[in-house]
Amino acid sequence: MNRPTKQNYQRPTHIDDFPVGPQFEAGHLADTNAGWRTFKPVIDHEKCINCLICYLVCPDGTIIKTETKPDVDYDYCKGCGVCAHECPKDAIEMVKEQR
Amino acid sequence: MKDDNTPTAPKRITAKNMTEKEFFYGHKACAGCGGSVAVRLALKVTGEKTFAAFPAGCMAAVGFIYPQMAFRNNAIITTFPGVASMASGISVGAKALGLKGYKTVAFAGDGGTADIGLQALSGMIDRGDDVMYICYDNEAYMNTGIQKSGLTPYGTHTTTTPAGKNFPGSKTQKKNLFEIIAAHDIAYAATASIGYPQDYINKVNKAKQVKGPSFIHVFASCPTGWGSPTHTSIELAKEVVDTGLFFLAEYENGSFKLNKNPKAFKDIPTYLQKQGRFKHLKEEDYKLIEEHRDMKWERMRRNWKHS
Repeated sequence: MNRPTKQNYQRPTHIDDFPVGPQFEAGHLADTNAGWRTFKPVIDHEKCINCLICYLVCPDGTIIKTETKPDVDYDYCKGCGVCAHECPKDAIEMVKEQR
Repeated sequence: MKDDNTPTAPKRITAKNMTEKEFFYGHKACAGCGGSVAVRLALKVTGEKTFAAFPAGCMAAVGFIYPQMAFRNNAIITTFPGVASMASGISVGAKALGLKGYKTVAFAGDGGTADIGLQALSGMIDRGDDVMYICYDNEAYMNTGIQKSGLTPYGTHTTTTPAGKNFPGSKTQKKNLFEIIAAHDIAYAATASIGYPQDYINKVNKAKQVKGPSFIHVFASCPTGWGSPTHTSIELAKEVVDTGLFFLAEYENGSFKLNKNPKAFKDIPTYLQKQGRFKHLKEEDYKLIEEHRDMKWERMRRNWKHS
């Protein structure tokens, strides 16, 4: 997957552990966004025609292009529902999260 | 204007052949954020070799949360009024270091462009620095809590223009930002909307080829500030173009061109009623908005090239 993933973040204990400059290196993600969701998108691969509109309009870029049909990165999806709303084939359903 | 500034037709980028790499990922923007669609798509077109500059605004607030760094390319937070001058400096610095194939992109909101950053932007275009400037327009200062900006349309409820018995919200119309930028005789300027993502990608791709300043004014919805459901972000950005309240146009080689010239506009109240910020509007306000739209379109159709 060509995306940054969550890294184990440990609070710096010594001054040498801090990054040079105000930030860690590019793409350093300390936690996920999965907890933001109340609904999650589920793609019905039978209905999907791989038009990739969901991929274009996802604000978080969590739709993953694959060889066949797209997938969702549930670690960073915020459940906004834009993909399901814009899908021309209604192939994406927003399902309530069970926790 | 010199001929070598004219953008050439670049290879078309679509969802199918676009890079799978995400350069703006894991950020903390609100669910359904339109501005992050604009930033994400633009960075995917310009690629890894991009220096991005962000003024104090939403994208700076959601991308750089220590220890998190949601950008995967070089990115920096600038002063609020100085994003264009900072980008100028980056671009000239990269040139002095002999870096090849890099593009400097400045992203600012509507307030950071049309109000606070206008002076620096004007200077940047005047100097002819090699910077692509993208203004994502969500029609108010969203990061600081929804205050009216120069690009807030008539009748918008914001915290500084509260709608009530005596006022319909914002009393001014949107500034003609696109024409102001074009008046600098810039090599390439365009307006776009995240509701038409392919059009936006094409314009970013075109602006990328320009050696010199280029400007894109992209309409980006904001569910938090507009009081609209998160899933309607793209729908609203599409509808605003279909109703004629925003337009898709380009300016190059000294002439304006309307990219989309709808025969009939969609109904304005239907679009406005989907958003909490326009809920209070009355019949006479709709009429005023419609009159202003027709006046603007009459002028554009008369003076600009269109199909």
